[in-house]
Amino acid sequence: MDALLFMIFAAIAVVCGINLVVQTHPISSALSLVGVMGALAALYLLLGGEFIAAAQLVVYAGAIMVLFVFVIMLLNAGTEHKGHRTWAKYAGVPLLLVFLGIIANLIANRLPASENVVFGQFTKGSPLEIGRALFTTYLLPFEVTSVLILIAILGAIVLARKEID
Amino acid sequence: MTFFIVSIIKAAVVAFVLLTALAYLQWLERKVLAHIQLRVGPRRVGPHGLLQPLADVIKLITKEDMMPSHVNKVFWFLAPFIAVLFSLIPIAVIPFGTELSLPAINLGPVHIPAITTAMQLTDLNIGVLFILGISGLGVYGVALAGWSSNNKYSLLGGLRSSAQMISYELPMAMAIAAPLLALNTLSFRGIVDGQAGFFFGFLPKWTIFQVFPFNIISFILFIIAAFAETNRVPFDLPEAENELVAGFHTEYGSMKFAAFFMAEYCNMVTISCVATLLFLGGWHPPFPAQYGSSFLPSLVMAGAGVLCFLHAMSPARPLDRFTLPVVGVAFFALAGVFLIPAVALPLMPIIWFSAKALVILFVYIWVRGTLPRFRYDQLMRFAWTFMFPVAVVNLFLTGLVVALMA
Amino acid sequence: MPQLPPSVPLSWYLALSLILFVLGIAGFLFRRNIITVFMSIELMLNAVNLSFITFSYKLKQVDGHIFSFFVMVVAAAEAAVGLAIILTVFKNRQTLEIDELSSLKN
Repeated sequence: MDALLFMIFAAIAVVCGINLVVQTHPISSALSLVGVMGALAALYLLLGGEFIAAAQLVVYAGAIMVLFVFVIMLLNAGTEHKGHRTWAKYAGVPLLLVFLGIIANLIANRLPASENVVFGQFTKGSPLEIGRALFTTYLLPFEVTSVLILIAILGAIVLARKEID
Repeated sequence: MTFFIVSIIKAAVVAFVLLTALAYLQWLERKVLAHIQLRVGPRRVGPHGLLQPLADVIKLITKEDMMPSHVNKVFWFLAPFIAVLFSLIPIAVIPFGTELSLPAINLGPVHIPAITTAMQLTDLNIGVLFILGISGLGVYGVALAGWSSNNKYSLLGGLRSSAQMISYELPMAMAIAAPLLALNTLSFRGIVDGQAGFFFGFLPKWTIFQVFPFNIISFILFIIAAFAETNRVPFDLPEAENELVAGFHTEYGSMKFAAFFMAEYCNMVTISCVATLLFLGGWHPPFPAQYGSSFLPSLVMAGAGVLCFLHAMSPARPLDRFTLPVVGVAFFALAGVFLIPAVALPLMPIIWFSAKALVILFVYIWVRGTLPRFRYDQLMRFAWTFMFPVAVVNLFLTGLVVALMA
Repeated sequence: MPQLPPSVPLSWYLALSLILFVLGIAGFLFRRNIITVFMSIELMLNAVNLSFITFSYKLKQVDGHIFSFFVMVVAAAEAAVGLAIILTVFKNRQTLEIDELSSLKN
């Protein structure tokens, strides 16, 4: 049952990822990205990360992507035009395939023997454990990220406001 | 194997009850609004208009379903599905009662083993976060509907509505977090179990009576944010009929329009259930059983039966002289059923839960009939300059009190 | 129907993370709309999150989840500021194609 669920959600993630890269209108790409995030949330659940799965839905799919969709709707830019064939595109594809090959080789051969993923075996992903770790071991990064978010809010407001004449 | 079959049957029952409740919620809204406005509401189709939702459903299904030529076809078609999907999913984690134990049935060729199942489809241990996430995803239905209609009024209505929904998600999440500091669990069943018992022997240990008075502020903040999340008066500017030409669902007709309506009512039902579970004690009665709380539902239903008979004496239509007494007898039979201890034990929690959720839904409808609506900039200013700071300060003070009392 | 193993080896999750990362790079390199480029960056960040959670499962520690949480938070901040910059660019240039934002060239 675990394997079937993994295959289904992995297939959804890959298909939505390909759709993101292939579609011409940015709104279709944005909704495909939401599909990828939903499939990844299900995969995090299979790996035992319940809090991270919920955070992915609340933060990523429910807030960040809504922001993307808003900006696309406001700007209303329309579909992309066909680009010129530059030499960068001809060099890019082989390099990408080389990278893919190197990392795939690493995963297949160099990783130490690991076990299978069984749903329910990882119990440390509950909100209790994450809260405990966040507020004891990782307290400083937590506070620093809250300052970071404050800076981002200020930056976004300053950049996107209307000029008062 | 029995687990799968029982789950499927439970899901079918919950879905059926939910969809019927949505239809009758619309009936309730029309009747209550009518009485607030000193008129009567639907009264011709069935006694007291009780069959009106059926007539409406038949009308909406048989209307012609057109797709305008200027819309973006894929997204226009998809938007109502997304809206309805993300409003029906949260019901899966809401518990309606304690446990249902059915005895084994062994007659003839039919052998059904004894089943004990919780009255909830699934008890996630991150239930509250799940509902927050799915409500956040519900914004996509509205935004896509507004944008794909290729119509400036719909676009403005859709963008305003989505901006309102995400602005009020923040105070709502903080208003939910405050009582969770004392309850220490995110699963709904754990939250309701933390509200069992009575203070001083008569005051129920509901969340609004714990950590006095900050949880009451949380409750009020949650209710206000809930009104804004579900796009109801006084926050319904983006979809009001006399503003913006009905907003984001202008281009939709018949079943797709019904789908948006259904999504809105379903959001209302979900939020009322969440408010009941988080703040009003779920399925626990308001006063102890030794003071007779087990007899209150039977009393109320017997009262409803008496009311039916009184109405039958001066009916609105001549047919009601016969149909209303039938309804009255049905109420008396229900009251009698609730006096049987074996049946009442699993059903009493559902009755208390439904009663509290219905009270909150009544408040929703009452506010709709009473208050005028906010202008859009007043609405957004209210969220960011009033509700958000109040929610933050409330969360901080609740945390302080919980830490000092522990 | 090929026989599926009862449970999935960990390397399959890493392989999925790799595929999504490569798709993100492909979108980043080959698309011309600036918002789509930005979304490919978000896809890359998601792929990295998946590999963090996978290794957290393998090492039986919660730290991978914490890192993933911080990646999400930083991605949120970056998306807010990045989209504000995109809005400003659109206000000044009326275009979203990266090839036309070339006033520093030549």
